[in-house]
Amino acid sequence: MENFRQSSKVVSTCYHCGDTIRGERVEYDEKLFCCSGCKVVYEILQQNDLCRYYSLEQTPGVQPASIESARYDYLADESVQKQLLNFSDGTHASVTLSLPSIHCSSCIWLLEHLYRLDAGVASSQVDFLKKQVTVSFDPTKTSLKNIVVLLASIGYEPELRHDAVEKRVESTATRSLYYKIGIAGFCFGNSMLFSFPEYLGVDVSETALKELFSYLNLILGIPIFFYCSADYFKSSWQGLKRRFITIDLPIAIGIVVLFTRSAYEILTQTGPGFIDSLCGLLFFLLLGRVFQSKTYDRMNFERNYKSYFPISVTTKKNGIETTIPISSLEKGQRIVIRNNEIIPADAMLLRGDAAIDYSFVTGESKPVEKVLGEMIYAGGRQIGGIIELEVMKEVSQSYLTQMWNQCSAAQKEAGQLSELSNAVGKYFTYAVLFVSTAVGLYWLQYDVTTAINAFTGILIVACPCALAISIPFTLGTALRIFGRNNFYLKNTSVIETLSKIDTIIFDKTGTITHPQHSSVEFTPRSRDLYGRGGADDLPGRGTQLTEYDMQMVSSVAKSSVHPLSKVIFDYLGGEITKHQSSNVIPSSDLPASGLAGDVRNLSDEGSQIPRSSLRDIARNDNVERVIEVQALVVEHFTETMGKGISGSVKGHRIKMGSREFAGHSYPHQRNVNESRVYLTIDEKERGYFSIRNIYRDELETTVNELKKKYSLFILSGDNESERARLQAIFPKNTTMLFNQMPTDKMDAVNHLREKNKRVLMMGDGLNDAGALLQSNVGIAVTEDIALFTPSSDAILAGSSFDLLPTILKFSKTSIKIVTASFGFAFMYNLFALFFAVQGELSPIIAAILMPASSITIVVLTTGLTQLLAKRRGLL
Amino acid sequence: MSVIAVLIGCSFLIAVGALAAFLWAVKSGQYEDKYTPSVRILLDDEKHTTERQRHREK
Repeated sequence: MENFRQSSKVVSTCYHCGDTIRGERVEYDEKLFCCSGCKVVYEILQQNDLCRYYSLEQTPGVQPASIESARYDYLADESVQKQLLNFSDGTHASVTLSLPSIHCSSCIWLLEHLYRLDAGVASSQVDFLKKQVTVSFDPTKTSLKNIVVLLASIGYEPELRHDAVEKRVESTATRSLYYKIGIAGFCFGNSMLFSFPEYLGVDVSETALKELFSYLNLILGIPIFFYCSADYFKSSWQGLKRRFITIDLPIAIGIVVLFTRSAYEILTQTGPGFIDSLCGLLFFLLLGRVFQSKTYDRMNFERNYKSYFPISVTTKKNGIETTIPISSLEKGQRIVIRNNEIIPADAMLLRGDAAIDYSFVTGESKPVEKVLGEMIYAGGRQIGGIIELEVMKEVSQSYLTQMWNQCSAAQKEAGQLSELSNAVGKYFTYAVLFVSTAVGLYWLQYDVTTAINAFTGILIVACPCALAISIPFTLGTALRIFGRNNFYLKNTSVIETLSKIDTIIFDKTGTITHPQHSSVEFTPRSRDLYGRGGADDLPGRGTQLTEYDMQMVSSVAKSSVHPLSKVIFDYLGGEITKHQSSNVIPSSDLPASGLAGDVRNLSDEGSQIPRSSLRDIARNDNVERVIEVQALVVEHFTETMGKGISGSVKGHRIKMGSREFAGHSYPHQRNVNESRVYLTIDEKERGYFSIRNIYRDELETTVNELKKKYSLFILSGDNESERARLQAIFPKNTTMLFNQMPTDKMDAVNHLREKNKRVLMMGDGLNDAGALLQSNVGIAVTEDIALFTPSSDAILAGSSFDLLPTILKFSKTSIKIVTASFGFAFMYNLFALFFAVQGELSPIIAAILMPASSITIVVLTTGLTQLLAKRRGLL
Repeated sequence: MSVIAVLIGCSFLIAVGALAAFLWAVKSGQYEDKYTPSVRILLDDEKHTTERQRHREK
């Protein structure tokens, strides 16, 4: 262990990643780095003349994770390569990798200059929003593994997932929509030109021209009718097959009538036809679809367990390690899991110290220690050394996988279909059919031509174009507004469901608690009870740590990378600073309670600030109050994985870690919802640090806001020890259920839904996945949008948690806007009906009325939605 | 009126060109990523007179 004494007066930031440098600092080329990892990246870039990376943006880097290239050995495997590569033909190959750490323009620049770092790379192209890079390379000069290792070593570790192959379908659907709107726009514009003679009137001498133009118009109508309208025919036909009338049915009827009547009129030369109206209708309808189809494609809402498991796993047989694809993993095989790898199947620990991070599953980020012979469920991530496990169940039979499959079988059927527009569409269709038949029959007594004109005319003007586009434009705008507030929805129909919610269920860990900040408290071992283990420990009665003690402990903690050590190091840093600043004021005697003080304040400051801006705040802050933590020389430092750390400072022996490790005689306590780190200095039990989750600061105000209108529930996988704290925040009638297994959570949601409740589930981990799927709306709460979230209807950034009440209110508002615009559209329809009933709907009136109504609806809905969003503070 | 007919013919041809260009653009994937190119164009291609060469000049 390399150690040196230092005293930093000015806090500086890492040249590469911009993190505040605490403790260890690395100097190279007159620049400061926070760790040797960052320095190495700088070195690589410097040697390859890529330092422009640092001039494009300030501190653009990402701290690279320590990687062992052996981890990527499986990429040499043929079958794995076949899965990953877009194509390969001997000397050319291309691969698309997703790199979650892409975040700025410097990233784009560096990643598109990969060819300078590896001569085998021909070119690379970044898709910033999808956070992907497509690399073309020469397999004879470099390999997939080399590229992946290179990316990981410069801080952009690719996400290699099981389902990487299966999701390249999406883009064809959006492409065909673009084709359709392009053609519809073209036909719309030109058919209006060809209708000029009709609009302006022509001399008798030029009727031939008029005739020619009407035929050209008909030709334009053919792609519109057969290609652009196809979706409407399909969806209304599918609706009819299931005895279901959708809003698409009257649209489809309108299109058919428009086209056949126009074709008849043009071919018999009895009239000019309505091709211009037909083209305009389709153009606006498709415009609505494009507007609605904008989703957040960089976020995949349909993630299943496959998107989360690695592609392959290392197995060991007779001492030989081989890499096999995860799908061929069988029960009884022995697998090797390295640091930061995910356990793919339920397995039993055979060898090594397992510390499993289940944060994907439970939302709890502190690793859980496991002993030999213990069962480890799939989905955990190993932190620390190499472990060996025996697979007890196949991947598809594992606990989480099974639960997942169970609920995807009972998937929500609703999909994109909007309840509101379909309810309206149903009555609308009946009304239109009734009116048109009645009017047609009335005219039939007098004149057949007028009867047909009136019948078709009504069907044409009644075509609910304005109705159909008011939903996409209103909700599409709302979707965008939510996105700007870090609330991302799967599609627009979620807004509709959201507006009808009456019950809200919260998961505890990671959802209403803050996953990244914790509160630390030091409980000293009471002196009078010293050595007499078993008695209860009252805080404040023992010996507090002196400043020197704290410096020793923090020096030892600094040497460790365990998350708990980091938390303690930060806490002690703050404590020492407090100590020193209070020492400036001549007060020699410090109150004992001041020490165990309020770290919560410290961490609370942080949690109010969105993560992105934390960095800057830290900078400013530190300029003012200079932290002066003396790093002392630590000797004989040892870290026992999963147990604790020890080391000596100036002859004082410091041990901290689990109760057994530190040799404490405290009674073992159950039902404690906190992590404890016991401290022993020179064989004296000094007490323990308790580290617990803290609730989001906004939780209380959010709950106060929500309790007025919604009934609230808490479903927690933890034990009851938090009940009292939660009861202080949540209203009295809140149902709180503890010790909930993932299936329990799912059942609880189902139970509420059976009682006709409209349930909103807020969760974060895989253990909430079932409940998120079963609820009417499932919102996944996450601190970092790029990270894994279980499949859900919406993703909410943790920093926007307090917006929840506003979001719910605004979803109601947008549904009101839709209803209002429905009323508006009806008025247009009635007005047009006035002409149609008399059998006097001329093409000009149709050509004016239909686009006019569409345009007013577009302007009205988008304008009103934005205005009201501004008023609610969402814009 | 016949003047208008000629103009309409011309505009139709231009529109056909525009449509073809649009369809080509969609087909070649230009609508797949609408953000990155806007950043990429601002990143200049530096000349290769970077640090290493400057060292040599010295």
